[in-house]
This record gives sequence, C-alpha cells and structure tokens, in this order.
Amino acid sequence: MANEKNYMYKSWWKILSVILLVYTVIAGLLFKIPQLPALEETIRNLYFHVCMWFAMMILFTISVVNAIRYLRTLNHKYDIYSRQFAVVGIVFGLLGYATGAIWMSYTWADPNNPAFESFGALAREPKLIGAAIALLIYAAYLVLRDSIADMDKRARISAVYNIFAFAMLFPSIWIVPRLLPSLHPGQEGNPAMNYKDIDAGMRIVFYPAVIGWTLLGVWITTLKIRLNLLKEKKMMG
Amino acid sequence: MQKIRNLISLFILLLTTIIVQAQEGTAKTGFGETMRSSGRIYVVIAVILTILIGLILYLVRLDKKMSKMEKENP
Repeated sequence: MANEKNYMYKSWWKILSVILLVYTVIAGLLFKIPQLPALEETIRNLYFHVCMWFAMMILFTISVVNAIRYLRTLNHKYDIYSRQFAVVGIVFGLLGYATGAIWMSYTWADPNNPAFESFGALAREPKLIGAAIALLIYAAYLVLRDSIADMDKRARISAVYNIFAFAMLFPSIWIVPRLLPSLHPGQEGNPAMNYKDIDAGMRIVFYPAVIGWTLLGVWITTLKIRLNLLKEKKMMG
Repeated sequence: MQKIRNLISLFILLLTTIIVQAQEGTAKTGFGETMRSSGRIYVVIAVILTILIGLILYLVRLDKKMSKMEKENP
C-alpha cells in the first residue's frame, strides 16, 4: 500500500494546512471586525467554532462517499476510510459543541443581566438539540460497528448505517433548526455563507480558516487510516 | 535531517529566551513594546500559536513514524 502514492502520502496539503492555521490565528485575532452589541470581540470565535462544524460536515461527507464506494466495490480499504473519517468528524463535532457552549455562556446568558435568557431556556435551543442528535447518531455508528465480529458483515452493515446517519444530518442540523425560532445565527439561509450575514473583512479570514481546519482534520484521519491499513496487512499475512 | 531538526529545536528554545527577556525588560525594547501593546493581545497570539505549533509538530512526528513503519512492512 505504501508504494501506492495517493494524496495521503503527499505533504503539500499538510504544509498548506499549517500555513492557513497560523494565518487564521494571527489574522483572526488582529484583523478588524464589525462592532456588534453583546458579541463584541467574541465574533472572532467565528474563525474557530464555526470552522469546527464546517470541518465536521466535510469529514462526514467524505465518510459517506467512502461508505458508498465500499458498497459498490466491497473493498475493505474503503470501509477503513469511511470509519476513520466518521470518527474524526465526531471529534470535530464535539469540539464545535464545547466551543459553542463557552461562547454562548458569555453572549446569550448573563446571570447578572435580567434581559438575557436563562440557561434553562438556552438548553432548548433547536440548534443545540439538532447537533446533539446528529452526533449521537454518529456515536451509534461506532457502537454498531464494534458490536459485529464478522468483518464483511460489519463493513456492509456499517456502510448502510453510515448512509442513514448522513441522511439524518439534513433534518437534524440543516432543516429543523432553521424552521424554529432560535438565538443562534444562521436562521435564514446558510450560516456564514450568506452574503448578508458575514462582514466582507471577516470573509478573508473565515474561508481560509475553514480550509485550514478541514485539512488538519483530513491529516489526522489519514494517519489513522494508514495505521489501520498497516494493522490489517499484518493481520492478513 | 537530524541536524536540521536540532537546529530548529535550538531556534525555538532561543525564541523562548527572547520572550522571557522581554518579560523582564523595562518594556523599552521593540519586541517587549509590541507584546505589551493593544491590550497585550499579542501574548494571546503567542500562546495559541505555541499550542498549535506544538500539536502540529506532534502530528508531523506521527506522520514520519507511520512512513517509517510503512517502509519496514512493504
């Protein structure tokens, strides 16, 4: 497998990822931002918190593509790809959740200010519930996988489940949260992609940040894939 | 390769001494001045960059290890 020189073994995109991330940190903390009430400097979290979700969605998409490739070819390589992309996607989702929790604690809620919502009301945010459902469905993917001992059966069932999990992303994070009233931005259209809801000065940091964080996620995933390919090869012979 | 790595680690260690110097200095030096301006946001950048670069160096090391293992098990 090592002589098969695909993108996993190239280094240019890893270097690109590092450059973009360093740029994100420096430009993200220094560049001009629009002055908004309540948000103030925390809008800079857009370059970190939102990027986690973008990276998660892209990793899940790569995962489902590889699940379909597995079902079409029954090549175990794609099963390994699919699983590892899903795992790293979950990690990015959890990071997005954690950073969102910190951000909302200081912008949506303020125990000293009666004008703000209580934490109980915040827990009913449709976006939070939707994201939690999506992540739990993906967590179930891992549980399902590891409960099946037979390799072929495991690969096939989990590939089918992966497609279901990806399909559930649509209602849980893209449709239902946008139909319900919410404090979370991005109610109308695609959050951070809409030309109306993001300042032009922030775009020049935000888009490179999305690419940088996603490439970092892909890099981590390829390392896990390479390890598992090696493990499988050792087991086979 | 080993030499380059040693040089890089030396360079990073040297950089940390500059930062320490700047902390103890009278803030009249250029670097100390920069680090103390704009509400000392540059300090935050330095901290985040250190964490980020540390994690990336760890990833690079893992990547190298994997490449070596792949070479040993062709």
